[in-house]
Amino acid sequence: MTATATAVARAGTTARPPAGGWAVQDGAAMIGRSLRRSLRTPDTLIMGIALPVILMLLFVYVFGGAIRTDQAAYVDYVVPGIILLCAGYGAATTAVSVASDMTGGLMNRFRTLPVRPVAALTGHVVESVVRNAVSTTLVVGVAYLTGFRPTAGAGEWLLTGGLVLLYVLALTWTAVCIGMVSSGPEAANGFTFAIMFLPYVSSAFVPPASMPRVLEVVATYQPVTPVTDTVRAWLVGAPGGQPLVALAWCAGLLVVARLTAAWLFRRRATR
Amino acid sequence: MDAPMIETRALRKAYGSTTVLTGVDLAVGRGQVLGLLGPNGAGKTTTVEVLSTLLRPDGGTATVAGHDVVREPDRVREAISLTGQYAAVDELLTGRENLRLMARLAHLPRAAGRSRGDELLEMFDLLDAADRLVRTYSGGMRRRLDLAVGLLTRPAVLFLDEPTTGLDPRSRSDLWTVIREVVAGGATVLLTTQYLDEADALADRVAVLDHGRVIAEGTATELKREVGAAHVELRLPDGRAERIATDASVADVRRILADVEARQLPVESWRVATPTLDDVFLTLTGRPTAGATADAPVLVGEAS
Repeated sequence: MTATATAVARAGTTARPPAGGWAVQDGAAMIGRSLRRSLRTPDTLIMGIALPVILMLLFVYVFGGAIRTDQAAYVDYVVPGIILLCAGYGAATTAVSVASDMTGGLMNRFRTLPVRPVAALTGHVVESVVRNAVSTTLVVGVAYLTGFRPTAGAGEWLLTGGLVLLYVLALTWTAVCIGMVSSGPEAANGFTFAIMFLPYVSSAFVPPASMPRVLEVVATYQPVTPVTDTVRAWLVGAPGGQPLVALAWCAGLLVVARLTAAWLFRRRATR
Repeated sequence: MDAPMIETRALRKAYGSTTVLTGVDLAVGRGQVLGLLGPNGAGKTTTVEVLSTLLRPDGGTATVAGHDVVREPDRVREAISLTGQYAAVDELLTGRENLRLMARLAHLPRAAGRSRGDELLEMFDLLDAADRLVRTYSGGMRRRLDLAVGLLTRPAVLFLDEPTTGLDPRSRSDLWTVIREVVAGGATVLLTTQYLDEADALADRVAVLDHGRVIAEGTATELKREVGAAHVELRLPDGRAERIATDASVADVRRILADVEARQLPVESWRVATPTLDDVFLTLTGRPTAGATADAPVLVGEAS
């Protein structure tokens, strides 16, 4: 019988599955691939760091003097916003990598391999987390040099790290979905700019109360504001932290994006 | 006889209101090479995508290596490899790294994966370029690497979707050589192509696909016989072309040319023409292939 013959023929070539199934090995292989790609496209990495640093210097030294906030030093107000801007931009570039896999036919090859969808996409997501960890750390370092003086203890730093990680994961999985439905890398790139602009209409750079009424409403209820306010509360002890709202936004987006990505991966053929 | 390794019955697929497959019936026996021949838009790629579990059919059945593509996609994936129209390799990895990555994802034991990868690099003449980024490869090298990646697991069934489209003649014949080696290894192959000569060179049997269904099937020789034999074509000064049937053997062509010389016909140029895909199409469907009218006038028409 054909099926038996095939099974016998393959037994010699394929290894036995490890105890936990193939997910871990598949994931590790894909992560290795994405990290290699990341190191071989240093321009993406450099942009992800240089852009937030330039914006921070711009806001602290150029606009900062004219902006009134509750914080004594504007740098203490703006750095949490810059951290999230940097993380958001870094996560969104994943859309471009996923889109180039889709147009090149690689995604179809992954889909014809006996590999779980999670593994094929995990590489991109973990690479994004690693890249963001590096760039966020560098941005915080530069912030120190410009006079950023957080009051946070170890616990608050840990909480901040966790929330930023969740924020990065939620945006990265969203970017994965965008990368799969966009018509190509260029179109996906537009998404990174949309994400870049979100923080401007939030509490990241100026207090929403200083905005016109319509923008104030948008700024108050969009996800970047509670996340920024919470990070700011933890790092410099500012009022207005909304950890539960921030958590709900990030976790909610993460779950929806993660499920959508798996569904898209199974359905979507390369165009 | 063995059950077919690839079998479709009344396979149908539509995208919205556009019907791509109207009922495809195919059967490919173990170790056979079937050439699926047709113009752009005939449904070749869609057929391959259904068979390689990338697309769900709307109706009919398809089995590969004894497994239904809809009900047991994982079993099908274990038995197949797909080489598509776009080289599905990572530009930012080296050739060797591409092979290692795919070997791991195909769950080969590490040592076996490495030695198989090196073996394929050698077989596909890529050893010298193995440690260069694929970004620096030529089109032909990419296709060869792509095919090599597909062969890591020694798949029982191989889908080659227009493997040589867009390649220069030299790369094309190189690729034919390696495909022949793979076939000699016993794989069952479904090859799609727009070129009759490619099907002729590689396939045991040819199925002609048009508007989403198979309109003819047989060996390349049988198909060509249906279209008409080869002929010697004479170009005369008044622009007329005269055709004389031949079996294309040296002796026969010599006899014809000797006859032409004896009759002192004012021949401007001559050539031995064998039926092309366009001829096959014209005969089978009564119309030329979509590209043929624009590129090269079909000569069958003026011969009568």
